[in-house]
Amino acid sequence: MYSRAYKTIVSLPPLVWIGMFLLLPYALMFAHSFWLVRNGMIVHHWGLRNYATLFQNPLYAEVLFRTMRIAAGVTLLSLLLGYPLAYYMSFHAGARKDLLYQLVIVPLWVSYLVRGYAWKTILGSDGVLNGFLQYIHITKEPVSFFLYSPFAVILMLTHIYTPFVFLPLYASLEHIPRNLVEASHDLGAGWRATFLRVILPLSLPGLLAGATFAFVLTLGDFLAPLLVGGPSSIMIANIVQSLFGTAYDWPLGASISVCILLLTISLLFLTEQLEKKWAYQ
Amino acid sequence: MSGEPKHTRSPRLLGLYALAVFAFLYLPIVVLVVYSFNRDGVGGFPPRHFTWNWYQQLFGDSAIWDSVANSLMVAAGAVVLSLTLGLLAALALDRATFPGKSIFRRLVLLPLILPGIITGLSLLMFAVYEGLQLSLLTVFLGHGTALISVATTELFAGLQKMDRSQEEASLDLGATPWQSFWRVTLPNLKLSLIAAGLLIFTLSMDEIAVTFFLIGRDNTLPLEIWARLRRGITPEINAVSTLIFGVSVILILIWYQIRARSMGKEAQELLERP
Amino acid sequence: MTPDDSRPEHDPAASISKETLLEIRQVSKCFGSREVLKGISLEIAAGEFLTLLGESGSGKTTLLRLIAGFEQPSSGEIRMAGERLDTLPPYKRRVNTVFQNYALFPHLSVRENVSYGLQVSGVAKTEISGRASDALRMVKMEEYAASRTTKLSGGQQQRVALARALVNRPKLLLLDEPLSALDANLRKQMQVELKTLQRELGITFLFVTHDQEEAMALSDRIALLKDGALEQVGSPREIYAHPATSYAAQFIGQTNLVRTDVRGGIARCGSLQWGTTSSDGNVLFSLRPEAIHRVADGRVPTDAVRFHGLIRQQIFSGSSEQLELEVSGALLKARVPAQGPLAGAHEFWFSPSDAVAVLE
Repeated sequence: MYSRAYKTIVSLPPLVWIGMFLLLPYALMFAHSFWLVRNGMIVHHWGLRNYATLFQNPLYAEVLFRTMRIAAGVTLLSLLLGYPLAYYMSFHAGARKDLLYQLVIVPLWVSYLVRGYAWKTILGSDGVLNGFLQYIHITKEPVSFFLYSPFAVILMLTHIYTPFVFLPLYASLEHIPRNLVEASHDLGAGWRATFLRVILPLSLPGLLAGATFAFVLTLGDFLAPLLVGGPSSIMIANIVQSLFGTAYDWPLGASISVCILLLTISLLFLTEQLEKKWAYQ
Repeated sequence: MSGEPKHTRSPRLLGLYALAVFAFLYLPIVVLVVYSFNRDGVGGFPPRHFTWNWYQQLFGDSAIWDSVANSLMVAAGAVVLSLTLGLLAALALDRATFPGKSIFRRLVLLPLILPGIITGLSLLMFAVYEGLQLSLLTVFLGHGTALISVATTELFAGLQKMDRSQEEASLDLGATPWQSFWRVTLPNLKLSLIAAGLLIFTLSMDEIAVTFFLIGRDNTLPLEIWARLRRGITPEINAVSTLIFGVSVILILIWYQIRARSMGKEAQELLERP
Repeated sequence: MTPDDSRPEHDPAASISKETLLEIRQVSKCFGSREVLKGISLEIAAGEFLTLLGESGSGKTTLLRLIAGFEQPSSGEIRMAGERLDTLPPYKRRVNTVFQNYALFPHLSVRENVSYGLQVSGVAKTEISGRASDALRMVKMEEYAASRTTKLSGGQQQRVALARALVNRPKLLLLDEPLSALDANLRKQMQVELKTLQRELGITFLFVTHDQEEAMALSDRIALLKDGALEQVGSPREIYAHPATSYAAQFIGQTNLVRTDVRGGIARCGSLQWGTTSSDGNVLFSLRPEAIHRVADGRVPTDAVRFHGLIRQQIFSGSSEQLELEVSGALLKARVPAQGPLAGAHEFWFSPSDAVAVLE
């Protein structure tokens, strides 16, 4: 029903724009990763030198593994907080369901920086938590290890990603037909068996989507370590950032970015396949 | 009425757990707001003396207000740019066929799923390659392009829900495709457009990862705050954060008003998508 | 025919064992201020096929859900084999349900669906496999054991749902409009199979439907619900021949409702009159269309009520003709053996015993 002219008019501008301002930049990133820096200048000398460096210097692998550990920690904690909340709201909250739902949404709209900053003021050595602990006489001296540790990074990012994890989980729980739960009870399964055998398997796609979200977003985060992490929790994106800044080795930075990009895309591809497999209806 | 038997009552332990999760989600926000009124600054417990000082200091702080103006300009531009191109892209994905369509779709959505640092750095390299001076213009181009992903997702969903026969009826009644677009297609997408616009505006106002690499001399609000944080914590940042939080809540409320006046369910789904 | 002759010689309701399995005592259910069940009392005998029949909103599904345990009665109690049932959670009741939309687990195969109840109640693995196979064979689904339930047709899903419920050997099987999603032919076929299965297994079936034909075809007894209260309980033949109320008469089969004035044992309506045992006053009679015969078609008993009717409409339906007669200003439906087009005025008759006095 749409004419050729119509189709051309709607397709051409976004195609050109995306090609120019998205495809070309991403392509430049790939190109840089094969170039080199000599005497403070980027030379268009193609080769795999950067990738070789990444594999030979154990520092990079170490930071990457730390990043993945932190990402796994954030994912796990967000699920641990988000799943019971979603389960409670979907199956037991009754009429308060909608109000509670909105209450989970609100923090989602609050600025990343604002929330990160709040944690900084809470965890710092003259922070609110230390003040509180001294006030109730649990500690006498300020405790300094709250802030500037991988723990602080995990805490802050968990706080930020829990609502993100919650949303797909809650949606998948809400989509479970209630008569399946009734059927399970009817066949003799109590709440625990019903949860393990019916609800949990049917919520797996939502769980997977939420987990992927938290993991991938943490993987590429460089702000949380700067804000609350300190040197002991430098993540892979921080290395990239410093290579593009003071360390000035764009090609090496680009090669790490390409690695992050490939890791992200293969993770997303993997979970997409699993989600398809687990989507029953 | 007889009392509910045990097995149908909601499990109390789980309810307490849910309450604790809510406390965790809201605690930092509450602390932030409370300490923006604390005379003795951030930290210490309990907060003792109420003051407006930090807000007064904030209102006299021209650097902050300049950055707010910059952010507003960038966000407004990003909304216009990404909505325009996102609408076209959504129409193209919905109605046109061209070689590489599925690659195009994935490419458009890439900034949504990739870490911001990768998109930011790619655009930085592009800007340098093209000899562009880093400035608010590059930030605007970056936001506008990255957020096409959000606009396309929202508007494509809106188009999919739209009844195609409405447009057929319009053409059947003698309207040209151009008239049908303005009189039927666009009004049908009104809610999706508002939802996408609000979302893009909020995301742009809040963006750091991409902005970080594209910024010139003039800061946006998040980068201004970021720069000050490196120098240390001051309650003035609590004050500005509280204001940002207030504006976010107001935006949500505005959205609910619009939604309540327009229609019910599908709009809710739009908001519920982050 | 006398009223007593119209009773079947073999009444299944009379022949089944009189041992009561389920006892519903004064059960009410309110949702907010809306009372959807109003003091229902009903007993179901072991081995019986009882149907809860009613229109949507009559409360039949709510009653079923109270028995299954998905809802709690607001007052009253339910007992099974003498023991309180309504205080138990659904998973502790020896009652199983075939759900309206089957509620098959989409993430499990056909065999896993059928094994579910056995697995959760800790039946030994070796036993599970055998019982699941038996159940699948019983519903002729053994060749689909490994299939995903989402790939099955409606009729096949229906069979799996039945096998899944029966494999637990419940004392009572609840069926919530299980055939309503099937097309007409499949439906008829499944009715026959359900009835056969129930006879073979001897399990008590409590069947919910809004389809009176289905209820008549399947049930030993029908409990007719209207607005949350029981209208009449009895065997299909009993209710058909002796509807207690005008609602029962109209809902189960077609009928003519004839308003009469009874005085001194004689009911009068226009030019018609016949003897009745009803006491004096305004009395409503139900007269089934097939109880009206054409005088020309055969021998007329001596006590027959004869009248002239003008044929207004004739609808041919295979073995019979449905006629609409105008009789002294009123319209009566009649069903006579098929015999070609009829027109004009004819003389008809009915037997006074076929006119059944009903409550409003």
